[in-house]
Amino acid sequence: MNSEPDERGFFGEFGGRYVPETLVAAIDELTEAYPRISESAEFKRELDDLLTHYAGRPTPLTFAARMTEEVGGAKIYLKREDLAHTGAHKINNVLGQALLARYMGKPRVIAETGAGQHGTATATACALLGLECEVYMGEEDVRRQALNVFRMELLGAKVNPVSSGSKTLKDAINEAMRDWVTNIHDTYYCIGSVMGPHPYPWMVRNFQRVIGLEARKQILEIEGRLPDAVVACVGGGSNAMGIFHPFVDDEGVELVGVEPGGEGVQSGRHGATLTAGVQAIFHGKKTYVLTDDDGQIFPAHSISAGLDYPGVGPEHAYLRDTGRAKYDVINDDEALDGFIYLSRTEGIIPALESSHAVAHARKLAAQMSSDQILIVNLSGRGDKDVSEVRDILARQGTD
Amino acid sequence: MGRISERFETLAARGETALIPFLTVGDPDIETSEAIVLSMAEAGADLIELGVPFSDPIAEGPTIQRSSERALESGTSLHAVLELVSRLRPRLDIPLILMGYANPFFTMGYERFSKIAAEVGVDGIIVPDLPPEEGDDLYGRCNERGVDGILLAAPTTTPDRLEMLAGSSRGFLYYVSLTGVTGARSQIAEGVEDGVRAARGVGKIPVCVGFGISTPDHARTVSAYADGVVVGSAVVNRIEAATSRDEAVANVASYIAEMKAPLRASQD
Repeated sequence: MNSEPDERGFFGEFGGRYVPETLVAAIDELTEAYPRISESAEFKRELDDLLTHYAGRPTPLTFAARMTEEVGGAKIYLKREDLAHTGAHKINNVLGQALLARYMGKPRVIAETGAGQHGTATATACALLGLECEVYMGEEDVRRQALNVFRMELLGAKVNPVSSGSKTLKDAINEAMRDWVTNIHDTYYCIGSVMGPHPYPWMVRNFQRVIGLEARKQILEIEGRLPDAVVACVGGGSNAMGIFHPFVDDEGVELVGVEPGGEGVQSGRHGATLTAGVQAIFHGKKTYVLTDDDGQIFPAHSISAGLDYPGVGPEHAYLRDTGRAKYDVINDDEALDGFIYLSRTEGIIPALESSHAVAHARKLAAQMSSDQILIVNLSGRGDKDVSEVRDILARQGTD
Repeated sequence: MGRISERFETLAARGETALIPFLTVGDPDIETSEAIVLSMAEAGADLIELGVPFSDPIAEGPTIQRSSERALESGTSLHAVLELVSRLRPRLDIPLILMGYANPFFTMGYERFSKIAAEVGVDGIIVPDLPPEEGDDLYGRCNERGVDGILLAAPTTTPDRLEMLAGSSRGFLYYVSLTGVTGARSQIAEGVEDGVRAARGVGKIPVCVGFGISTPDHARTVSAYADGVVVGSAVVNRIEAATSRDEAVANVASYIAEMKAPLRASQD
């Protein structure tokens, strides 16, 4: 299975570089600089050092004993990205990209953020490496995630509210691209997922591959064999690509992506792009996207802000169409159950994003036998979601 | 020869620089757009860019973003834009160019779009997020049918690439005059003249300058070295500020006349 993009940045027919002419030079610069710098011994050593001594890698692979017993099927392991610095897998990518920005001599880093996770991670990496940081965030998200705005400011970043369009993540990406077009000479755009024009989907996946490389090694050490299934949630899809990629050539390992079903795919209020989207050109790439009949982009919906994106990484589109990975849907209410379930069963409060993977793994493991193994990517911790879940439960209680 | 090339030949013979205004179709409704296009043609526009609204226009500044939102609110689709062209074509002989983001064209299907565009009398297309590497399929089909695939170049474009773009573009080459989004600016960015002269030196294709141009002074400055001047946000601002259709039509027409004056008999 060919798991590298071609020289024009296509995974099969997905990906590419659909960007305005002004950005072509910057993309060319990055396409040249990224492989050259990231393959250098100095960069590798420095990034390894940061991942180990700053981000806290490797993260553990935890056997979920009570969950396994309660489900009564496959043995369930949790890849603990919630234990990485800043509480999610996002740090793997931003440390790589911020370090790259420094090597490229770009003193200013910009990023988009939805709920604030990628923005916070970027602000963290910039504080660490002494880079100027500006984060674009939809006005609606700024209002909903005031604490994360303060967190980014505390880390020294400037947060720019975006009032155009739907005032959410996709509009924050538009605005970050506009900034990049304008300030191309000194600015590095740190994209938060496996999306955007080539080389971003490839580069972000490579920075996230550490998740899958560790998990593969750990399960071989613990169980002496590979897992039967790997389950991860998919919004843009970076945590899933990170854990999937090192298993792509292991044919016996089923790769399962879990998309946000929101209020149900039939309701139209969801973010299940691979399940219900169509091929489209959006944010620099060709992939599956939620659009109307005229090709206008629909806002996505999910209980978890981190999955609230109407597109998906092009490599996922490729894995889906080739049949190497399959993609299922978990709705808001099931994700909420998963959130509470893992908290009570394993003493781990998962992010609402990761709760989608937990909820699906619970169903999937039940259909598997006790000599099989399933790994769930626990992409982030749920502390950020606690107050929102409390509000939701309070509303449900009064209904 | 296509209508665009013919127009540039006529203008060159008269020593004029082309004025190319832009509006977003459907902002605030199709009927207003139709009336404005007709009056712009009468007031001195040489070619007209018809903006196809898109939900996520990444190369646009706030003015055109808002106009795109208003156009979508009024229900304007790519189909509606093509229908407008079919209504305008019998009444106008100036070139009509569609400018829009790739996805509505991709969703309609490049084959189907290029066929309909040629049938209704579209003369060219400009798709900012579709560089030639990704756009061959659309531009090729359009060029075959006489709808010019107009490419963009930017100040950040390398000399090699500029040569490729000027060689592949049809109708004219659209030179983006700044590293930034669309929108009126107080002055023309530095280095534009060198870039445009380099682009004109590459081939025989006319080079027009857009992004950031809003005043007759800008137009005069640019006309010394370019074949045409594109104005977008300045037009859209006048449509946005008007309180009625008549006011929008009148304000835009007087602006077009004002902009065209310094472009007559202006070329070196």
